[in-house]
Amino acid sequence: MKHAVVSLTVNGAERQMLVAPGTTLLDALRENQGLTGTRRGCEQGACGSCTVLLDGRTVMSCMVPVETIDEARVDTIEGLTPPQGLHPIQEAFLEGFATQCGFCTSGMIMATAGLLAKNPDPTREDAVRAISGNVCRCTGYEAIIDAVLDAARRVSAAGSARAA
Amino acid sequence: MEKIDASFFPAEREAELDVVGTSVQRADARGHVTGRTQFYEDVSFPGMLHLKMVRSTRHHALISNLDVAPAMQVPGVVRVLTHKDVPNNWYTILKLIGVEPDDEPVLPEDRVLFMGEQICAVLAETPQAALEGARRVVVDYEDLPAVFDVEEAMTSTPFKKQGTNYFVYEGHNCRRIRFGDVDKAFAEADHIIEHRYESSPIEHAPTETSGCIAKPEGNGRVTVYSNTQALYFTLDNMALILGVPFNKLRLVGGTVGGGFGGKVDVMVEPIAALGAMLTNRPVKYAYSRAEEMQVSSPRAAERIYIKDGVMKDGRIVARKVTLYVDAGAYCRHSTYGTTKAAAHMPGPYTIPNVHVDAYCVYTNRTPSSAMRGFGVTIGDFALESQMDQVARFLGMDPMQLRLINAYRDGDMKAHRKKVEGAALVEVIQAAAKQTGHSLPPQFASMSSLKQEAGHGQA
Ligand code: FES
Ligand code: FES
Repeated sequence: MKHAVVSLTVNGAERQMLVAPGTTLLDALRENQGLTGTRRGCEQGACGSCTVLLDGRTVMSCMVPVETIDEARVDTIEGLTPPQGLHPIQEAFLEGFATQCGFCTSGMIMATAGLLAKNPDPTREDAVRAISGNVCRCTGYEAIIDAVLDAARRVSAAGSARAA
Repeated sequence: MEKIDASFFPAEREAELDVVGTSVQRADARGHVTGRTQFYEDVSFPGMLHLKMVRSTRHHALISNLDVAPAMQVPGVVRVLTHKDVPNNWYTILKLIGVEPDDEPVLPEDRVLFMGEQICAVLAETPQAALEGARRVVVDYEDLPAVFDVEEAMTSTPFKKQGTNYFVYEGHNCRRIRFGDVDKAFAEADHIIEHRYESSPIEHAPTETSGCIAKPEGNGRVTVYSNTQALYFTLDNMALILGVPFNKLRLVGGTVGGGFGGKVDVMVEPIAALGAMLTNRPVKYAYSRAEEMQVSSPRAAERIYIKDGVMKDGRIVARKVTLYVDAGAYCRHSTYGTTKAAAHMPGPYTIPNVHVDAYCVYTNRTPSSAMRGFGVTIGDFALESQMDQVARFLGMDPMQLRLINAYRDGDMKAHRKKVEGAALVEVIQAAAKQTGHSLPPQFASMSSLKQEAGHGQA
């Protein structure tokens, strides 16, 4: 079967990749782009470890055939991390002890980024819904939910500081 | 955050504990929140092969025919590994601490003992080709009777190579504790209270599935990137299985995407390393989510019978425990878990007459192994449920019942070790206080330090 050339804007940079039919966005990111911060937990849409933003929307990258999203914009955990220090969402997870083994963390943080992009002031229920596709076997979720809400406060504080 | 309460046992404190109660960041948390933490799967090498297992579709069967030729027809398939390729095929993980016999084959020779057991390994250029190759391998089975119940397995025809469906502990069919005379105490007790407790297997379901990458090096060594929780156990078992000196292997690990005990068995590394040695190429063996759920060892199912001789005033004078750990088809860590279960009986109580039989039983279920506090957790569920049953039977406050029977410093345990550093009484008192459960003065003033008159050993 023929490979296809797919163009994506990954973390702001234009990338072209040669992919076999059926290649998932997860494999394209990890194997092709070397962006291993996006984790592989199940390859069946059940765990959320592979969550990234696709044109600003939260998706499970293991469920997206990369050929179907030619020309799309993809944002991963690597792109979220600023050149200096941490993104406010990352700070909230770090300081809130919302990570243990860390395997779910990239997905949790990207799910939070997706939530805050469309809802800067989420309720606890919104936070729970936003991470409802993301499995964490270590933390028991409470610290993560608190971190999502704390992240919302930090992001809006950073936003208003910039506006002022 | 609450500070540790240092008011208990002040005379026994030498150092000021000042870290408990403060926030200390994990050393690896920054890597986690930036996605830069390197899990085993985050390395990859040119020319890497992918390994997929052919697995048993039967609970217990003879393998009458194994034909791997059709797999070799699949484009991209490089090699199929069977038991004939494994230098020392029979092992048991705990042989490193003297456990015998070797009861598990790396790859089975003529029979499978549980559904999902690995039969042969297909190595291919891509995961897809390896899967397709595995699908094409022909396995013919002759079904044999399967046993799934621990008590039935104790009396049914042995299906294990060693000739018993249970682990033999120093000539006995179970781990035993004998202390005092339970039969005499049962005869003298006011009441006999007996119940059965049972648990199912529990899967750890780590977010990252088990896996490794084995890479042959130019110097003749093999480097294995693994998410095992037990690097040195894995290294030593691999060396024995592969028949190579320990210094031919290098294990790289330390970052585990959730383990909980589920990644202490030695399952993926020996076969991946063997593939790397035989093909001279890096080999990756990663469980799919389905494999993780089906074949990674769960916490053992247990069945526990507890019979107590109890006096009207709440004293437990005799406890007899018959405990079955379902090891599944192979021993792995279950012999150790069963010893732990026996050692944990009769709970943190001073009971003058104790009789424990703890059986490590083989069935045709998925082999069980380590999981957080294995051997102890389910035992505690049974013991504390039993304490509640006794309290209910006597119409007594369950906390008071526990305080009456709690072990104190200086008491003799059933294992003939003197209790030291007990704090159960204080923990119960603190729990009562925090939950607004009022205790009468004689209970509120009890202490682990002093022997109450009439309590414990005469
Ligand atoms: S790896 Fe994509 S949802 Fe689990
Ligand atoms: S921190 Fe381990 S799965 Fe979430």
